[in-house]
Amino acid sequence: MGKLLTIAIGSAFINNVVLSQFLGICPFLGVSKKVKTAAGMGSAVVFVITLASAVTSLIYRFLLIPLNITYLQTIVFILVIAALVQFVEMFLKKKVVSLYNALGVYLPLITTNCAVLGVALKNVQNSYGFVESVVNGLAVSVGFLVSIVIMAGIREKIEYNNVPKAFRGTPIVLVTAGLMAIAFFGFSGLK
Amino acid sequence: MSKVIERLYNGIIKENPTLVLMLGMCPTLAVTTSAINGVGMGLTTTVVLIMSNLLISMLRKVIPDSVRIPAFIVIIASFVTIVQLLLQAYIPSLYDALGIYIPLIVVNCIILGRAEAYASKNKVIPSVFDGIGMGLGFTLGLTLIGLVREILGAGSAFGFKFIPEDFPTLTIFILAPGAFFVLAILTALMNKVKASAGKNGGAVAQCDESMCAGCSMKGCMGRSVK
Repeated sequence: MGKLLTIAIGSAFINNVVLSQFLGICPFLGVSKKVKTAAGMGSAVVFVITLASAVTSLIYRFLLIPLNITYLQTIVFILVIAALVQFVEMFLKKKVVSLYNALGVYLPLITTNCAVLGVALKNVQNSYGFVESVVNGLAVSVGFLVSIVIMAGIREKIEYNNVPKAFRGTPIVLVTAGLMAIAFFGFSGLK
Repeated sequence: MSKVIERLYNGIIKENPTLVLMLGMCPTLAVTTSAINGVGMGLTTTVVLIMSNLLISMLRKVIPDSVRIPAFIVIIASFVTIVQLLLQAYIPSLYDALGIYIPLIVVNCIILGRAEAYASKNKVIPSVFDGIGMGLGFTLGLTLIGLVREILGAGSAFGFKFIPEDFPTLTIFILAPGAFFVLAILTALMNKVKASAGKNGGAVAQCDESMCAGCSMKGCMGRSVK
């Protein structure tokens, strides 16, 4: 239990996926204009990463290792993730319409979010078991959700500020991200 | 011949993937703690880009349109795996420095973007040079960012230390926040340059930042290149 807690806190805050690992920068910069859409994107990422961690962990353990083809992990994982996102989209559209309406538009964007593949590969690299992988996936994606929502909140306020002309748009967002990264350094005291 | 030079110019200057189109941000920020790492990541990506452009261009009439994205992903992932194994065997120091960001080349927007926007529609030779141009443009961007961060953060350039040992450096620039700050200044400069170019009527085509998230699926680069 203690180990799972360490993994969870470490992945969510100390090594925050966006602010210290630089995974998923694209949606972090692109879909963080409003808190509402940021929260939608973040929730979709939580959903997909947690599911993908579970599935890739099982595939690695029961397919790649017995067949001795672990060097194919990158190819297998990216295909599994792409297929998984498709299936999740189809399933939600048919069965859980309310959730589909909330997350639907973000799902296709997630296949190319490098955080999903990154987490799957990290799980293998750290030789996490099934439960650890799922906890790690959940923690990483919650870290993503927290940082994208904070970023969107700040950006909504920046709208009212008089930013120097050259810094409008992406540059000021990057400066904000840098300051957030400094703030998140505070969490390394938790180690 | 002119087509070849045009492709190289396009990739390195006009549509530089890092500095102009702002694609492939994950590796750009993550591995540029030093200039050497920037060069290493850039060249690794270049190799994958050239090989995938070559194969996709050769197979462009064979791959059915409806399954082209999965097909491209499999081709790219195969080359990434090959390059990863080669690096592990022959340049282990680079392999250790780049770590998880080598397999993540698979999801780098630039590669799938070029496959979709250029290689799948054009002949083999121009596609290869398109890969070389884009790859070198990416390498240039990464090296520049890496160099700035290394000079400010460690007081060295390409590993050669040029300031006294006990002189304080701005360590924050080789840590995570420094990556964001350097890129922020760089894009602000690009905005400035573009604003003055715009006045002269020479506006540069650019991808909207929000497109970035779904770039490979919708072919962001394909849209920006009219």
